[in-house]
Amino acid sequence: MKKRKIKYDSIEYSPSVIARKVVMYAILTLISVAFVAPIAFMFLGSFKMTKELARVPFKWMPDSFNFTNFKAVFEKIPFFLYLKNTLIIVFFNMIGSLVSNSLVAYGFSRIKWPGRDKVFILVIVTMILPFQITMVPLYLMFNKWGWIGTFLPLTFTCFFGYPFYIFLIRQFLIGLPAELSESAKIDGAGEFRIFWQLTLPLAKPVLATVAIFAFMKSWNDYIGPLIFLSDQKLYTLSLAASMLKSNLDPQWTVLLALGSMMVMPVLILFFVLQKYFIQGVTMSGIKG
Amino acid sequence: MDYRKKDIRNALLFISPWIIGFLVFTLYPILSSLYYSFCEYKVIKAPVFIGLRNYINLFGDKSYLAALGNTVYMLIFGVPVTTVTAVAVSILLNNKHLHHAGIFKVVFFIPTLVPTIVACFLWIWMFQSGGIVNTVLGYFGISGPAWLSSITYAKPAFIFYMIWTIGNAVIIYLAGLQDIDPNLYEAAEIDGAGFIRQTMSITIPLLRSTILYNMVTLIIGVFQWFAEPLIITEGGPGNATLFYSLYLYQNAFRFFKMGYACAMGWVLLVISLAIILVLFKVFKFGEAEN
Repeated sequence: MKKRKIKYDSIEYSPSVIARKVVMYAILTLISVAFVAPIAFMFLGSFKMTKELARVPFKWMPDSFNFTNFKAVFEKIPFFLYLKNTLIIVFFNMIGSLVSNSLVAYGFSRIKWPGRDKVFILVIVTMILPFQITMVPLYLMFNKWGWIGTFLPLTFTCFFGYPFYIFLIRQFLIGLPAELSESAKIDGAGEFRIFWQLTLPLAKPVLATVAIFAFMKSWNDYIGPLIFLSDQKLYTLSLAASMLKSNLDPQWTVLLALGSMMVMPVLILFFVLQKYFIQGVTMSGIKG
Repeated sequence: MDYRKKDIRNALLFISPWIIGFLVFTLYPILSSLYYSFCEYKVIKAPVFIGLRNYINLFGDKSYLAALGNTVYMLIFGVPVTTVTAVAVSILLNNKHLHHAGIFKVVFFIPTLVPTIVACFLWIWMFQSGGIVNTVLGYFGISGPAWLSSITYAKPAFIFYMIWTIGNAVIIYLAGLQDIDPNLYEAAEIDGAGFIRQTMSITIPLLRSTILYNMVTLIIGVFQWFAEPLIITEGGPGNATLFYSLYLYQNAFRFFKMGYACAMGWVLLVISLAIILVLFKVFKFGEAEN
Protein backbone atom coordinates (compact mmCIF):
# COMPACT_ATOMS: atom_id res chain seq x y z
CA MET A 1 0.00 0.00 0.00
CA LYS A 2 1.19 3.48 -0.85
CA LYS A 3 1.25 5.94 1.97
CA ARG A 4 0.54 9.59 1.34
CA LYS A 5 2.29 10.91 4.40
CA ILE A 6 4.38 13.85 3.48
CA LYS A 7 1.55 16.33 3.15
CA TYR A 8 0.12 15.60 6.57
CA ASP A 9 3.28 15.84 8.63
CA SER A 10 2.23 19.06 10.30
CA ILE A 11 -0.94 17.58 11.76
CA GLU A 12 0.43 14.09 12.33
CA TYR A 13 1.06 14.53 16.07
CA SER A 14 -1.69 16.86 17.27
CA PRO A 15 -3.49 15.47 20.37
CA SER A 16 -6.76 14.87 18.53
CA VAL A 17 -4.98 12.86 15.87
CA ILE A 18 -3.27 10.73 18.50
CA ALA A 19 -6.56 10.15 20.29
CA ARG A 20 -8.21 9.16 17.05
CA LYS A 21 -5.33 6.85 16.25
CA VAL A 22 -5.66 5.07 19.60
CA VAL A 23 -9.37 4.53 19.05
CA MET A 24 -8.75 3.28 15.53
CA TYR A 25 -6.09 0.79 16.57
CA ALA A 26 -8.24 -0.39 19.47
CA ILE A 27 -11.25 -1.06 17.25
CA LEU A 28 -9.22 -2.80 14.56
CA THR A 29 -7.33 -4.93 17.07
CA LEU A 30 -10.54 -6.00 18.75
CA ILE A 31 -12.19 -7.02 15.48
CA SER A 32 -8.99 -8.73 14.32
CA VAL A 33 -8.85 -10.85 17.45
CA ALA A 34 -12.43 -11.94 16.82
CA PHE A 35 -11.52 -12.82 13.22
CA VAL A 36 -8.45 -14.87 14.07
CA ALA A 37 -9.85 -16.49 17.20
CA PRO A 38 -11.75 -19.32 15.45
CA ILE A 39 -8.67 -20.39 13.53
CA ALA A 40 -6.34 -20.05 16.50
CA PHE A 41 -8.84 -22.04 18.51
CA MET A 42 -8.79 -24.79 15.89
CA PHE A 43 -5.00 -25.10 15.80
CA LEU A 44 -4.72 -25.09 19.58
CA GLY A 45 -7.73 -27.35 19.99
CA SER A 46 -6.26 -29.98 17.69
CA PHE A 47 -3.60 -30.66 20.37
CA LYS A 48 -6.11 -31.00 23.20
CA MET A 49 -7.61 -34.11 24.69
CA THR A 50 -11.38 -34.55 24.56
CA LYS A 51 -11.80 -33.79 28.26
CA GLU A 52 -9.54 -30.80 27.99
CA LEU A 53 -11.56 -29.37 25.12
CA ALA A 54 -14.80 -29.56 27.07
CA ARG A 55 -13.31 -28.18 30.27
CA VAL A 56 -15.07 -25.32 32.03
CA PRO A 57 -13.83 -22.65 32.33
CA PHE A 58 -12.40 -22.63 28.84
CA LYS A 59 -8.65 -22.50 28.46
CA TRP A 60 -6.92 -21.45 25.24
CA MET A 61 -3.63 -23.29 25.52
CA PRO A 62 -3.47 -27.10 25.47
CA ASP A 63 -1.87 -28.77 28.50
CA SER A 64 0.77 -30.21 26.22
CA PHE A 65 1.44 -30.30 22.51
CA ASN A 66 1.02 -33.93 21.53
CA PHE A 67 0.01 -35.31 18.19
CA THR A 68 -2.47 -37.99 19.29
CA ASN A 69 -5.34 -36.39 17.40
CA PHE A 70 -3.36 -36.19 14.19
CA LYS A 71 -2.47 -39.86 14.48
CA ALA A 72 -6.14 -40.60 15.11
CA VAL A 73 -7.06 -38.93 11.80
CA PHE A 74 -4.99 -41.52 9.93
CA GLU A 75 -6.55 -44.36 11.93
CA LYS A 76 -10.14 -43.24 11.44
CA ILE A 77 -10.10 -42.47 7.73
CA PRO A 78 -7.87 -43.52 4.83
CA PHE A 79 -6.43 -40.02 4.80
CA PHE A 80 -4.01 -40.51 1.93
CA LEU A 81 -6.69 -41.95 -0.35
CA TYR A 82 -8.88 -38.91 0.24
CA LEU A 83 -5.92 -36.60 -0.14
CA LYS A 84 -5.08 -38.25 -3.46
CA ASN A 85 -8.69 -37.90 -4.65
CA THR A 86 -8.74 -34.25 -3.68
CA LEU A 87 -5.43 -33.61 -5.41
CA ILE A 88 -6.60 -35.32 -8.62
CA ILE A 89 -9.61 -33.01 -8.75
CA VAL A 90 -7.47 -29.99 -7.83
CA PHE A 91 -4.90 -30.85 -10.50
CA PHE A 92 -7.42 -31.12 -13.33
CA ASN A 93 -9.18 -27.99 -12.16
CA MET A 94 -5.95 -26.02 -12.34
CA ILE A 95 -4.83 -27.42 -15.69
CA GLY A 96 -8.29 -27.22 -17.25
CA SER A 97 -8.88 -23.69 -16.03
CA LEU A 98 -5.52 -22.44 -17.26
CA VAL A 99 -5.71 -24.05 -20.70
CA SER A 100 -9.33 -23.39 -21.60
CA ASN A 101 -9.71 -19.92 -20.12
CA SER A 102 -6.51 -18.52 -21.57
CA LEU A 103 -7.53 -19.74 -25.03
CA VAL A 104 -11.03 -18.34 -24.73
CA ALA A 105 -9.89 -15.05 -23.22
CA TYR A 106 -7.41 -14.65 -26.07
CA GLY A 107 -10.24 -15.09 -28.58
CA PHE A 108 -12.21 -12.40 -26.76
CA SER A 109 -9.41 -9.86 -26.58
CA ARG A 110 -6.54 -10.25 -29.05
CA ILE A 111 -8.47 -11.08 -32.22
CA LYS A 112 -10.98 -8.75 -33.85
CA TRP A 113 -14.24 -10.29 -35.01
CA PRO A 114 -17.78 -9.01 -35.51
CA GLY A 115 -20.02 -9.14 -32.43
CA ARG A 116 -17.13 -10.01 -30.13
CA ASP A 117 -18.07 -7.66 -27.34
CA LYS A 118 -21.73 -8.63 -27.50
CA VAL A 119 -20.89 -12.29 -27.11
CA PHE A 120 -18.61 -11.36 -24.24
CA ILE A 121 -21.56 -9.77 -22.45
CA LEU A 122 -23.20 -13.19 -22.65
CA VAL A 123 -20.15 -14.63 -20.86
CA ILE A 124 -20.54 -12.00 -18.11
CA VAL A 125 -24.26 -12.67 -17.78
CA THR A 126 -23.68 -16.38 -17.23
CA MET A 127 -21.53 -15.39 -14.26
CA ILE A 128 -24.60 -14.38 -12.25
CA LEU A 129 -26.57 -17.52 -13.07
CA PRO A 130 -27.06 -19.43 -9.84
CA PHE A 131 -25.57 -22.91 -9.83
CA GLN A 132 -28.85 -24.11 -8.31
CA ILE A 133 -30.61 -23.65 -11.62
CA THR A 134 -28.27 -25.90 -13.58
CA MET A 135 -27.49 -28.25 -10.71
CA VAL A 136 -30.45 -30.59 -11.13
CA PRO A 137 -30.31 -30.96 -14.94
CA LEU A 138 -26.53 -31.40 -14.78
CA TYR A 139 -26.95 -34.16 -12.23
CA LEU A 140 -29.57 -35.86 -14.42
CA MET A 141 -27.38 -35.48 -17.51
CA PHE A 142 -24.26 -36.87 -15.81
CA ASN A 143 -26.38 -39.64 -14.37
CA LYS A 144 -27.53 -40.58 -17.86
CA TRP A 145 -23.93 -40.56 -19.08
CA GLY A 146 -22.89 -42.82 -16.20
CA TRP A 147 -20.63 -40.12 -14.77
CA ILE A 148 -22.08 -40.02 -11.26
CA GLY A 149 -19.62 -41.73 -8.97
CA THR A 150 -16.66 -40.74 -11.15
CA PHE A 151 -14.42 -37.68 -11.06
CA LEU A 152 -15.57 -36.58 -14.51
CA PRO A 153 -18.28 -34.07 -13.49
CA LEU A 154 -15.67 -32.28 -11.37
CA THR A 155 -12.70 -32.57 -13.74
CA PHE A 156 -13.80 -32.87 -17.36
CA THR A 157 -16.07 -29.84 -17.12
CA CYS A 158 -13.12 -27.61 -16.19
CA PHE A 159 -11.80 -27.77 -19.73
CA PHE A 160 -14.69 -25.73 -21.17
CA GLY A 161 -14.10 -22.29 -19.74
CA TYR A 162 -15.28 -20.66 -16.55
CA PRO A 163 -16.79 -17.17 -17.07
CA PHE A 164 -15.11 -15.52 -14.09
CA TYR A 165 -11.64 -16.68 -15.14
CA ILE A 166 -12.29 -15.75 -18.78
CA PHE A 167 -13.19 -12.30 -17.52
CA LEU A 168 -10.03 -12.00 -15.40
CA ILE A 169 -7.66 -13.06 -18.17
CA ARG A 170 -9.42 -11.01 -20.83
CA GLN A 171 -9.16 -7.85 -18.71
CA PHE A 172 -5.43 -8.44 -18.56
CA LEU A 173 -4.88 -9.30 -22.23
CA ILE A 174 -6.91 -6.40 -23.53
CA GLY A 175 -4.44 -4.06 -21.85
CA LEU A 176 -1.47 -5.39 -23.80
CA PRO A 177 -0.34 -3.22 -26.77
CA ALA A 178 -1.69 -4.14 -30.21
CA GLU A 179 1.79 -3.89 -31.75
CA LEU A 180 2.71 -7.02 -29.85
CA SER A 181 0.91 -9.27 -32.31
CA GLU A 182 1.00 -6.99 -35.35
CA SER A 183 4.75 -7.12 -35.87
CA ALA A 184 4.76 -10.86 -35.31
CA LYS A 185 2.02 -11.26 -37.91
CA ILE A 186 4.06 -9.33 -40.43
CA ASP A 187 6.86 -11.80 -39.76
CA GLY A 188 4.40 -14.53 -40.68
CA ALA A 189 3.68 -15.98 -37.25
CA GLY A 190 0.37 -17.82 -36.90
CA GLU A 191 -2.23 -16.85 -34.33
CA PHE A 192 -1.53 -19.84 -32.10
CA ARG A 193 2.18 -19.11 -32.03
CA ILE A 194 1.51 -15.51 -31.06
CA PHE A 195 -0.75 -16.78 -28.31
CA TRP A 196 1.68 -19.37 -27.03
CA GLN A 197 5.05 -17.69 -27.44
CA LEU A 198 4.31 -13.97 -27.12
CA THR A 199 1.11 -13.48 -25.16
CA LEU A 200 1.09 -16.19 -22.50
CA PRO A 201 4.54 -15.38 -21.09
CA LEU A 202 3.35 -11.80 -20.52
CA ALA A 203 0.15 -12.99 -18.87
CA LYS A 204 1.93 -14.91 -16.11
CA PRO A 205 0.61 -12.75 -13.24
CA VAL A 206 -3.05 -13.23 -14.17
CA LEU A 207 -2.50 -16.92 -14.92
CA ALA A 208 -1.01 -17.30 -11.44
CA THR A 209 -4.14 -15.70 -10.02
CA VAL A 210 -6.41 -18.03 -11.96
CA ALA A 211 -4.35 -21.06 -10.90
CA ILE A 212 -4.67 -20.03 -7.25
CA PHE A 213 -8.41 -19.44 -7.56
CA ALA A 214 -8.88 -22.81 -9.24
CA PHE A 215 -6.87 -24.46 -6.49
CA MET A 216 -8.84 -22.76 -3.73
CA LYS A 217 -12.18 -23.45 -5.36
CA SER A 218 -11.57 -27.17 -5.79
CA TRP A 219 -9.66 -27.71 -2.54
CA ASN A 220 -12.41 -26.01 -0.53
CA ASP A 221 -15.38 -27.31 -2.53
CA TYR A 222 -18.00 -29.23 -0.65
CA ILE A 223 -21.13 -29.04 -2.80
CA GLY A 224 -19.69 -30.41 -6.03
CA PRO A 225 -18.24 -33.60 -4.51
CA LEU A 226 -21.35 -33.99 -2.35
CA ILE A 227 -23.64 -34.08 -5.36
CA PHE A 228 -21.50 -35.89 -7.91
CA LEU A 229 -19.29 -38.33 -5.98
CA SER A 230 -21.56 -41.03 -4.68
CA ASP A 231 -18.79 -43.58 -4.22
CA GLN A 232 -17.03 -43.45 -0.86
CA LYS A 233 -13.76 -44.51 -2.50
CA LEU A 234 -13.79 -41.24 -4.45
CA TYR A 235 -14.47 -38.98 -1.48
CA THR A 236 -12.49 -35.78 -1.07
CA LEU A 237 -11.11 -34.52 2.23
CA SER A 238 -14.14 -32.25 2.66
CA LEU A 239 -16.55 -35.14 2.28
CA ALA A 240 -14.43 -37.34 4.54
CA ALA A 241 -14.51 -34.62 7.18
CA SER A 242 -18.27 -34.37 6.93
CA MET A 243 -18.54 -38.17 7.14
CA LEU A 244 -16.40 -38.18 10.26
CA LYS A 245 -18.61 -35.51 11.78
CA SER A 246 -21.82 -37.40 11.16
CA ASN A 247 -20.56 -40.32 13.23
CA LEU A 248 -22.73 -40.97 16.24
CA ASP A 249 -20.11 -39.63 18.58
CA PRO A 250 -18.03 -37.14 16.62
CA GLN A 251 -14.67 -36.66 18.27
CA TRP A 252 -14.14 -32.96 18.09
CA THR A 253 -10.45 -33.07 18.84
CA VAL A 254 -9.92 -35.31 15.81
CA LEU A 255 -12.15 -33.14 13.62
CA LEU A 256 -10.14 -30.09 14.63
CA ALA A 257 -6.91 -31.90 13.78
CA LEU A 258 -8.27 -32.82 10.35
CA GLY A 259 -9.48 -29.25 9.89
CA SER A 260 -6.01 -27.94 10.74
CA MET A 261 -4.49 -30.29 8.21
CA MET A 262 -6.88 -29.00 5.54
CA VAL A 263 -6.32 -25.32 6.30
CA MET A 264 -2.53 -25.49 6.63
CA PRO A 265 -1.65 -25.93 2.91
CA VAL A 266 -3.94 -23.07 1.93
CA LEU A 267 -2.46 -20.76 4.54
CA ILE A 268 1.10 -21.58 3.47
CA LEU A 269 0.17 -20.99 -0.15
CA PHE A 270 -1.43 -17.70 0.78
CA PHE A 271 1.60 -16.41 2.65
CA VAL A 272 3.92 -17.36 -0.19
CA LEU A 273 1.73 -16.00 -3.00
CA GLN A 274 -0.15 -13.26 -1.17
CA LYS A 275 0.32 -10.76 -4.00
CA TYR A 276 -1.59 -12.89 -6.50
CA PHE A 277 -4.45 -13.58 -4.12
CA ILE A 278 -5.03 -9.90 -3.42
CA GLN A 279 -4.53 -8.96 -7.07
CA GLY A 280 -7.14 -11.45 -8.21
CA VAL A 281 -9.74 -10.34 -5.71
CA THR A 282 -9.09 -6.69 -6.54
CA MET A 283 -9.53 -7.38 -10.25
CA SER A 284 -12.82 -9.13 -9.65
CA GLY A 285 -14.22 -5.90 -8.24
CA ILE A 286 -13.43 -3.60 -11.14
CA LYS A 287 -15.99 -4.73 -13.61
CA GLY A 288 -18.76 -2.28 -12.61
CA MET B 1 -14.32 -2.00 -39.87
CA ASP B 2 -13.57 -4.97 -41.98
CA TYR B 3 -12.64 -8.28 -40.53
CA ARG B 4 -10.32 -10.82 -42.00
CA LYS B 5 -11.91 -14.16 -42.66
CA LYS B 6 -8.94 -15.88 -41.14
CA ASP B 7 -9.35 -13.89 -37.94
CA ILE B 8 -12.97 -14.95 -37.58
CA ARG B 9 -12.02 -18.58 -38.06
CA ASN B 10 -9.18 -18.31 -35.56
CA ALA B 11 -11.36 -16.51 -33.01
CA LEU B 12 -13.97 -19.24 -33.25
CA LEU B 13 -11.30 -21.85 -32.69
CA PHE B 14 -9.96 -20.02 -29.64
CA ILE B 15 -13.34 -19.56 -28.00
CA SER B 16 -14.63 -23.00 -29.01
CA PRO B 17 -14.09 -24.50 -25.52
CA TRP B 18 -16.41 -21.87 -24.12
CA ILE B 19 -18.96 -22.36 -26.92
CA ILE B 20 -19.14 -26.09 -26.22
CA GLY B 21 -19.20 -25.52 -22.47
CA PHE B 22 -21.90 -22.89 -22.78
CA LEU B 23 -24.11 -25.07 -24.95
CA VAL B 24 -23.65 -28.34 -23.06
CA PHE B 25 -23.12 -27.28 -19.45
CA THR B 26 -25.12 -24.04 -19.29
CA LEU B 27 -27.71 -23.49 -22.02
CA TYR B 28 -28.97 -27.07 -22.28
CA PRO B 29 -29.28 -27.49 -18.48
CA ILE B 30 -31.08 -24.16 -18.15
CA LEU B 31 -33.59 -25.00 -20.85
CA SER B 32 -34.18 -28.48 -19.53
CA SER B 33 -34.54 -27.03 -16.05
CA LEU B 34 -37.29 -24.78 -17.41
CA TYR B 35 -38.97 -27.76 -19.00
CA TYR B 36 -38.64 -29.94 -15.88
CA SER B 37 -40.12 -27.15 -13.80
CA PHE B 38 -43.41 -27.86 -15.59
CA CYS B 39 -43.11 -31.59 -14.94
CA GLU B 40 -43.44 -34.09 -12.20
CA TYR B 41 -40.05 -35.80 -12.30
CA LYS B 42 -38.95 -38.36 -9.76
CA VAL B 43 -35.82 -39.62 -11.57
CA ILE B 44 -36.95 -43.27 -11.77
CA LYS B 45 -39.89 -42.39 -14.02
CA ALA B 46 -39.83 -40.19 -17.11
CA PRO B 47 -40.97 -36.58 -16.57
CA VAL B 48 -44.73 -36.02 -16.82
CA PHE B 49 -45.95 -32.60 -17.92
CA ILE B 50 -48.14 -31.02 -15.25
CA GLY B 51 -48.20 -27.39 -16.36
CA LEU B 52 -47.90 -24.78 -13.65
CA ARG B 53 -48.68 -27.13 -10.77
CA ASN B 54 -45.15 -27.02 -9.29
CA TYR B 55 -45.24 -23.24 -9.19
CA ILE B 56 -48.72 -23.21 -7.68
CA ASN B 57 -47.74 -25.80 -5.09
CA LEU B 58 -44.82 -23.63 -3.98
CA PHE B 59 -47.20 -21.08 -2.52
CA GLY B 60 -48.99 -23.67 -0.42
CA ASP B 61 -45.77 -25.29 0.79
CA LYS B 62 -45.12 -24.23 4.38
CA SER B 63 -41.46 -25.25 4.29
CA TYR B 64 -40.95 -23.29 1.08
CA LEU B 65 -42.52 -20.19 2.58
CA ALA B 66 -40.37 -20.66 5.69
CA ALA B 67 -37.26 -20.95 3.54
CA LEU B 68 -38.24 -17.84 1.61
CA GLY B 69 -38.92 -16.00 4.89
CA ASN B 70 -35.55 -17.04 6.36
CA THR B 71 -33.78 -15.89 3.23
CA VAL B 72 -35.57 -12.54 3.34
CA TYR B 73 -34.54 -12.27 7.01
CA MET B 74 -30.91 -12.65 5.94
CA LEU B 75 -31.42 -10.04 3.20
CA ILE B 76 -32.97 -7.55 5.64
CA PHE B 77 -30.58 -8.08 8.55
CA GLY B 78 -27.56 -10.04 7.36
CA VAL B 79 -26.74 -8.13 4.17
CA PRO B 80 -26.88 -4.58 5.65
CA VAL B 81 -24.98 -5.56 8.81
CA THR B 82 -22.31 -7.32 6.78
CA THR B 83 -22.04 -4.46 4.29
CA VAL B 84 -21.76 -1.80 7.01
CA THR B 85 -19.08 -3.84 8.82
CA ALA B 86 -17.09 -4.38 5.63
CA VAL B 87 -17.26 -0.71 4.62
CA ALA B 88 -16.39 0.46 8.15
CA VAL B 89 -13.42 -1.91 8.40
CA SER B 90 -12.21 -0.83 4.95
CA ILE B 91 -12.45 2.87 5.80
CA LEU B 92 -10.43 2.24 8.96
CA LEU B 93 -7.85 0.24 7.04
CA ASN B 94 -7.57 2.97 4.43
CA ASN B 95 -6.88 5.65 7.04
CA LYS B 96 -3.70 7.54 6.34
CA HIS B 97 -2.61 7.36 9.99
CA LEU B 98 -2.71 3.56 10.09
CA HIS B 99 0.76 2.12 9.70
CA HIS B 100 0.10 -1.61 9.82
CA ALA B 101 -2.73 -1.87 7.32
CA GLY B 102 -1.02 -4.82 5.61
CA ILE B 103 -1.22 -7.04 8.69
CA PHE B 104 -4.85 -6.18 9.36
CA LYS B 105 -5.71 -6.79 5.72
CA VAL B 106 -4.28 -10.31 5.98
CA VAL B 107 -6.23 -10.91 9.18
CA PHE B 108 -9.53 -10.04 7.52
CA PHE B 109 -8.73 -12.08 4.44
CA ILE B 110 -7.67 -15.30 6.18
CA PRO B 111 -11.20 -16.57 7.01
CA THR B 112 -12.02 -16.68 3.29
CA LEU B 113 -9.26 -19.28 2.89
CA VAL B 114 -10.81 -21.78 5.26
CA PRO B 115 -12.60 -24.69 3.54
CA THR B 116 -16.38 -24.55 3.99
CA ILE B 117 -16.57 -27.79 5.91
CA VAL B 118 -13.87 -26.68 8.36
CA ALA B 119 -15.47 -23.27 8.90
CA CYS B 120 -18.74 -25.04 9.62
CA PHE B 121 -17.07 -27.28 12.23
CA LEU B 122 -15.76 -24.17 13.92
CA TRP B 123 -19.19 -22.58 13.93
CA ILE B 124 -20.85 -25.63 15.44
CA TRP B 125 -18.20 -25.86 18.10
CA MET B 126 -17.96 -22.17 18.93
CA PHE B 127 -21.69 -21.51 19.07
CA GLN B 128 -22.75 -24.49 21.16
CA SER B 129 -24.15 -23.57 24.56
CA GLY B 130 -20.84 -24.05 26.38
CA GLY B 131 -18.75 -22.85 23.44
CA ILE B 132 -16.23 -20.07 23.16
CA VAL B 133 -18.75 -17.45 22.13
CA ASN B 134 -20.71 -17.90 25.33
CA THR B 135 -17.51 -18.16 27.36
CA VAL B 136 -16.43 -14.77 26.06
CA LEU B 137 -19.91 -13.35 26.66
CA GLY B 138 -19.62 -14.76 30.17
CA TYR B 139 -16.58 -12.56 30.81
CA PHE B 140 -18.94 -9.62 30.44
CA GLY B 141 -21.56 -11.18 32.67
CA ILE B 142 -23.86 -12.15 29.81
CA SER B 143 -25.15 -15.69 29.73
CA GLY B 144 -25.43 -16.53 26.07
CA PRO B 145 -28.13 -18.68 24.46
CA ALA B 146 -27.67 -22.12 22.90
CA TRP B 147 -27.31 -20.34 19.57
CA LEU B 148 -27.74 -23.09 17.01
CA SER B 149 -30.58 -24.90 18.74
CA SER B 150 -32.53 -21.72 19.39
CA ILE B 151 -35.18 -20.60 16.93
CA THR B 152 -34.38 -16.96 17.71
CA TYR B 153 -30.57 -17.11 17.77
CA ALA B 154 -29.72 -19.62 15.05
CA LYS B 155 -30.01 -17.08 12.23
CA PRO B 156 -27.85 -14.46 14.00
CA ALA B 157 -25.15 -17.12 14.31
CA PHE B 158 -25.26 -17.34 10.52
CA ILE B 159 -25.04 -13.56 10.22
CA PHE B 160 -21.82 -13.75 12.23
CA TYR B 161 -20.61 -16.27 9.67
CA MET B 162 -21.38 -13.78 6.89
CA ILE B 163 -19.44 -11.10 8.72
CA TRP B 164 -16.52 -13.42 9.35
CA THR B 165 -16.10 -13.99 5.62
CA ILE B 166 -16.03 -10.33 4.48
CA GLY B 167 -12.38 -10.61 3.39
CA ASN B 168 -12.98 -10.46 -0.35
CA ALA B 169 -15.33 -7.50 -0.02
CA VAL B 170 -12.79 -5.63 2.13
CA ILE B 171 -10.09 -6.04 -0.51
CA ILE B 172 -12.46 -4.75 -3.19
CA TYR B 173 -13.57 -1.81 -1.02
CA LEU B 174 -9.94 -0.91 -0.35
CA ALA B 175 -9.26 -0.81 -4.10
CA GLY B 176 -12.29 1.47 -4.49
CA LEU B 177 -11.20 3.72 -1.64
CA GLN B 178 -7.76 4.18 -3.13
CA ASP B 179 -9.31 5.54 -6.30
CA ILE B 180 -10.83 8.45 -4.40
CA ASP B 181 -8.86 11.66 -4.95
CA PRO B 182 -7.14 12.61 -1.65
CA ASN B 183 -7.48 16.29 -2.54
CA LEU B 184 -11.21 16.01 -1.88
CA TYR B 185 -10.53 15.18 1.77
CA GLU B 186 -7.98 17.95 2.04
CA ALA B 187 -10.47 20.47 0.72
CA ALA B 188 -13.12 19.16 3.10
CA GLU B 189 -10.70 19.42 6.02
CA ILE B 190 -9.97 23.04 5.18
CA ASP B 191 -13.71 23.67 5.11
CA GLY B 192 -13.86 22.22 8.61
CA ALA B 193 -15.64 18.94 7.80
CA GLY B 194 -14.95 16.26 10.40
CA PHE B 195 -14.34 12.57 9.87
CA ILE B 196 -18.02 11.58 9.94
CA ARG B 197 -19.00 14.38 7.59
CA GLN B 198 -16.20 13.45 5.19
CA THR B 199 -17.26 9.82 5.25
CA MET B 200 -20.89 10.58 4.57
CA SER B 201 -20.36 13.25 1.90
CA ILE B 202 -17.27 12.02 0.09
CA THR B 203 -16.40 8.41 0.82
CA ILE B 204 -19.81 6.73 0.68
CA PRO B 205 -21.08 8.53 -2.46
CA LEU B 206 -17.87 7.87 -4.36
CA LEU B 207 -17.77 4.26 -3.21
CA ARG B 208 -21.31 3.73 -4.48
CA SER B 209 -20.56 1.44 -7.40
CA THR B 210 -18.23 -0.72 -5.28
CA ILE B 211 -20.90 -1.00 -2.59
CA LEU B 212 -23.42 -1.97 -5.24
CA TYR B 213 -21.11 -4.65 -6.63
CA ASN B 214 -20.43 -6.14 -3.21
CA MET B 215 -24.07 -6.05 -2.19
CA VAL B 216 -25.13 -7.82 -5.37
CA THR B 217 -22.48 -10.48 -4.74
CA LEU B 218 -23.69 -10.84 -1.16
CA ILE B 219 -27.37 -11.10 -2.12
CA ILE B 220 -26.68 -13.71 -4.78
CA GLY B 221 -24.61 -15.50 -2.13
CA VAL B 222 -27.49 -15.52 0.36
CA PHE B 223 -29.86 -16.99 -2.21
CA GLN B 224 -27.32 -19.67 -3.12
CA TRP B 225 -26.35 -20.51 0.43
CA PHE B 226 -26.71 -24.12 1.28
CA ALA B 227 -23.52 -25.91 2.20
CA GLU B 228 -23.23 -23.99 5.48
CA PRO B 229 -26.78 -24.44 6.78
CA LEU B 230 -26.73 -28.03 5.54
CA ILE B 231 -23.64 -28.88 7.57
CA ILE B 232 -24.23 -26.68 10.61
CA THR B 233 -27.94 -27.09 11.33
CA GLU B 234 -29.54 -29.06 8.48
CA GLY B 235 -32.17 -26.34 8.45
CA GLY B 236 -33.16 -26.71 12.08
CA PRO B 237 -34.27 -26.10 14.74
CA GLY B 238 -37.77 -26.34 13.32
CA ASN B 239 -37.25 -24.64 10.00
CA ALA B 240 -35.37 -21.72 11.50
CA THR B 241 -32.32 -22.02 9.23
CA LEU B 242 -33.96 -23.61 6.23
CA PHE B 243 -32.70 -21.22 3.55
CA TYR B 244 -33.83 -21.06 -0.05
CA SER B 245 -31.16 -23.14 -1.74
CA LEU B 246 -30.97 -25.63 1.11
CA TYR B 247 -34.64 -26.44 0.63
CA LEU B 248 -34.06 -26.63 -3.12
CA TYR B 249 -31.21 -29.07 -2.53
CA GLN B 250 -33.32 -31.18 -0.18
CA ASN B 251 -36.12 -31.40 -2.72
CA ALA B 252 -33.77 -32.46 -5.47
CA PHE B 253 -31.47 -34.86 -3.66
CA ARG B 254 -33.35 -35.95 -0.56
CA PHE B 255 -36.99 -36.09 -1.72
CA PHE B 256 -36.05 -36.58 -5.39
CA LYS B 257 -38.65 -34.07 -6.55
CA MET B 258 -36.55 -32.86 -9.46
CA GLY B 259 -39.32 -30.93 -11.22
CA TYR B 260 -40.27 -29.13 -8.04
CA ALA B 261 -36.62 -28.24 -7.36
CA CYS B 262 -36.31 -26.84 -10.88
CA ALA B 263 -39.37 -24.65 -10.35
CA MET B 264 -37.71 -23.35 -7.18
CA GLY B 265 -34.57 -22.68 -9.20
CA TRP B 266 -36.48 -20.56 -11.70
CA VAL B 267 -38.23 -18.55 -9.01
CA LEU B 268 -34.78 -18.03 -7.47
CA LEU B 269 -33.41 -16.75 -10.76
CA VAL B 270 -36.30 -14.34 -11.28
CA ILE B 271 -36.12 -13.01 -7.71
CA SER B 272 -32.38 -12.45 -7.81
CA LEU B 273 -32.56 -10.72 -11.19
CA ALA B 274 -35.34 -8.47 -9.90
CA ILE B 275 -33.34 -7.54 -6.80
CA ILE B 276 -30.26 -6.80 -8.86
CA LEU B 277 -32.24 -4.57 -11.24
CA VAL B 278 -33.83 -2.67 -8.36
CA LEU B 279 -30.43 -2.17 -6.73
CA PHE B 280 -29.00 -0.81 -9.97
CA LYS B 281 -31.90 1.65 -10.13
CA VAL B 282 -31.52 2.67 -6.50
CA PHE B 283 -27.82 3.34 -6.88
CA LYS B 284 -28.47 5.14 -10.19
CA PHE B 285 -25.66 3.18 -11.66
CA GLY B 286 -23.61 4.88 -14.36
CA GLU B 287 -25.46 8.16 -13.94
CA ALA B 288 -23.44 11.29 -13.19
CA GLU B 289 -20.40 9.33 -12.12
CA ASN B 290 -17.79 11.85 -10.89
